Amino acid sequence: MQDVSSAFWIAFGLVAGLDADLLEIIALSLRVSLFALVISCLIGLPVGAVLAIARFRGRSAVLIALNALMGLPPVVVGLIVYLHLSRAGPLGWLNLLYTPTAMIIAQAILITPIIAALSRQILEDLHTEYAEQFRSLSVPAHTMMQALIWDARFSLLTVALAGFGRAIAEVGAVIIVGGNIDHLTRVMTTAIALETSKGDLPLALALGIVLLVIALTVNGLVMALRMTAGRQAYA
Amino acid sequence: MRDAPSHGFASLLPLQTCDLTFTAANGSRLIHGIDLTLDAGSLTVVMGPNGAGKSVFLRLLHGLLEPTGGTIKYAGEPLSDAIRKRQALVFQKPVLLRRSVAANIDFVLKLRARPGSTQPDPVRRDELLDQVGLLDRAAQPARQLSGGEQQRLALARALATRPDILFLDEPTASLDPASTLMIEQITSDAHAAGTKIICVTHDVAQARRLAGDVVFLSNGHLIETANADDFFSNPKSREAQAYLEGRLIV
Repeated sequence: MQDVSSAFWIAFGLVAGLDADLLEIIALSLRVSLFALVISCLIGLPVGAVLAIARFRGRSAVLIALNALMGLPPVVVGLIVYLHLSRAGPLGWLNLLYTPTAMIIAQAILITPIIAALSRQILEDLHTEYAEQFRSLSVPAHTMMQALIWDARFSLLTVALAGFGRAIAEVGAVIIVGGNIDHLTRVMTTAIALETSKGDLPLALALGIVLLVIALTVNGLVMALRMTAGRQAYA
Repeated sequence: MRDAPSHGFASLLPLQTCDLTFTAANGSRLIHGIDLTLDAGSLTVVMGPNGAGKSVFLRLLHGLLEPTGGTIKYAGEPLSDAIRKRQALVFQKPVLLRRSVAANIDFVLKLRARPGSTQPDPVRRDELLDQVGLLDRAAQPARQLSGGEQQRLALARALATRPDILFLDEPTASLDPASTLMIEQITSDAHAAGTKIICVTHDVAQARRLAGDVVFLSNGHLIETANADDFFSNPKSREAQAYLEGRLIV
């Protein structure tokens, strides 16, 4: 117990002292997860919008598949990306294995279904409200999608938040495709796993504290934004 | 103030329906074989008690509902997307975008802008907002407006399309007298500027104020159509007489 409490103090010291290794790991974690989030939003939001307004044969099956993909096991995604990016794989020539780019790809694959499925629900609800007006104005489909995404932007922030949370907390896929290489692909979650297994609890705890603070801060910011939007009757 | 239609005076008219029928998905027939011709010139009011099929009739004319029988023709042409772009409909409950008042108008101005033009015309937007008395509210979120203001914004947005035909579905239902007066004034101005107005209402007093001609529906049937003066002074049908006298029609 004493070891744990002293580990906490050392952890706080590392955070307060802006330890260089710690900062490097945090910066890489944020960079990888934010890039993955941007890519996922660029793909997932239009997919969600299309599914929200389009009616076609097999739509229900697509929605079921999309919802199921939200629960993709990270290690399976990591393995699939690994197989594609390894030297013998179809994309081996890109030399991306054990790079942050590989980690971004794995995280993007994991969170794109989350962004698409959750945004589809939000955009479909809004479309139900706007549909008759849009039909009356003969709004083209692409304009409709843009309008829905723009008008639901504050609600979609929550979706992005869910995606970011999943990405930054992810360990299984990034350790497979990133390799947890010091100063290259080591992110918070893989570092926590490594340091814990080595018995170096202070660094693991310090990273855990930072992870929690990031999660709380991002949640707080999004909630504040949504409350402001609600007050302004935009949301 | 320019609200003249974009394609010449009432060029979509006459509007003709032939045996227009609509049966809902649950099998109940809401519109029964309506034959009607509406010409340019007068402001048309569609009247009738609740459940008469007025709103359904309006949605059929505007193409929001597909007839299950019969035809609708504008100047001899069947209703198409191109024709619908030359019409606008204001709903009883306005559907406003989650944006500012100005942005709600900009959305439509951009939608109807000439090819190659990417920005809405701010002068036109301000004209429209001024016309409906909302210029000083331009930056305010649309959903913060009162019910009457929201309906005026919806009307301005409809006029932004410079429609040849403007459909109004009970635009003043549940509004206070001041808001009702403003909506009616804007409607009359649009009519004077050359837009054909087809307005649904079950408010007899409003119909008397606005109507040039009246289409009276009951239980999905076209009961009577007449010049407004004739209709109000000497209704031909038993249903219309009862309605105008305020008697209950079952």
